[in-house]
Amino acid sequence: MAEEQNIVPEIIEEKEPSSIVLILALGIAGLLSGIILVGTFIYTDPLIRANKEAAMQRAIFKVLPDCDSYITLHLEDGMLKEKIVDPNKKEESDSEELLIYSGYNANKELIGFAIPGSEPGFQDIIGTIFGYDASQKVIIGFEVLESKETPGLGDKIFKDAAFQTNFIALAVDPEIIAVKNGEKQNPNEVEAITGATISSKAVVRLLNKTMDIWQGEIDKYIIQNNLTVAEDND
Amino acid sequence: MTELENRSQSSEEFLKGLWKENPVFISVLGMCPALAVTNTAINSLAMGLATTFVLVCSSILVSLLRSIIPKQVRITAYIIIIATFVTVVDFSLAAFTPTIHKELGAFIALIVVNCLILGRQEAFASKNKVGLSVLDALGMSLGFTFAMLCIGIPREILGSGSLFNMPLFGESFEPWIVMILPPGGFFMLGFLLLGFNWYTQRKEKNAKILDA
Repeated sequence: MAEEQNIVPEIIEEKEPSSIVLILALGIAGLLSGIILVGTFIYTDPLIRANKEAAMQRAIFKVLPDCDSYITLHLEDGMLKEKIVDPNKKEESDSEELLIYSGYNANKELIGFAIPGSEPGFQDIIGTIFGYDASQKVIIGFEVLESKETPGLGDKIFKDAAFQTNFIALAVDPEIIAVKNGEKQNPNEVEAITGATISSKAVVRLLNKTMDIWQGEIDKYIIQNNLTVAEDND
Repeated sequence: MTELENRSQSSEEFLKGLWKENPVFISVLGMCPALAVTNTAINSLAMGLATTFVLVCSSILVSLLRSIIPKQVRITAYIIIIATFVTVVDFSLAAFTPTIHKELGAFIALIVVNCLILGRQEAFASKNKVGLSVLDALGMSLGFTFAMLCIGIPREILGSGSLFNMPLFGESFEPWIVMILPPGGFFMLGFLLLGFNWYTQRKEKNAKILDA
């Protein structure tokens, strides 16, 4: 404070610049800043998009074991249809649109669907993707894409190997239920993490909610397109 | 000014940020990142380096433009300059190191409001030549990075039992989870400030005794 007061007389002695000079100075600063930012954006945007796509691709291959290729599906006129991305058209990615991915093995047989879903957890929205085998009606893989769950407790939903084993063959019918650790008896039960019950229950809620949305659509899609579902060979 | 004086002033400007005027331990600036993103060593390092880039680039520009920027709008102009570099860092981290970008999250954008950066522009870069400003900015930001690591490394070792994601102890080690939670940041910072103050006070006392 004392320093500032010492400076004040100096400023008064100087000629006050007109507002136009001030506006011009800030205008030029803003313009230059804008140019630099647009340049950086043009250069980094394709890389950022590629990163996001690669992350999604990695996640799809992880939740659908044996997956070799996949098709992006979206809801169109109340039906699941392949989403065709026109490479010539500048992509106006509609982030609100719900997408799912159907995965095929090397013989081009359908092995399942990778379904993104999100639900409020303990801290913030938990964003996930899971693999769903439509013939067995079981969840075959689960991956957390985004989470701010408590480190050391809630983050066990993706760091704890034991919790992950819940999602090797988890039946979705009639509904997924969370049970205490070590009490799993039925195929539709998930063993909650001790000390992270809220996060575990959020995951179960998420799976049920997301399956409610998609299960009917997926069944319709399989019948409509007369898809053969790969038999489990293990 | 003789060459010798010149050189000693340069090294003085560089070194003061590392220890004597360390932005975190002495000036207690930049508390938000120092507490929020120091839960792992790699996050601390990334935040330190991102801040270094922004501080050095802003200081160069502010120092170059110091006679052009009208005094009345200088703070606004500094903020525009700082925000530009922060956005460049934000985009670059998202493009080249997506995992670190995800971990640091909103705290990258918050570098804009780190008092350390605006403070150096107002207190130093706007009044000094480019060379000295760069040295000052480098010293201050390396001091900041050093402080971030001082907080981050013990937090990761105790809280996760690892260092730079490499496990240090066997399975038997039970991590002190509290150290990677927000309270751990306060504990660590508190201990370090205590240590720093104890050290400086002891030094002053010794100096007094010597004088007497």
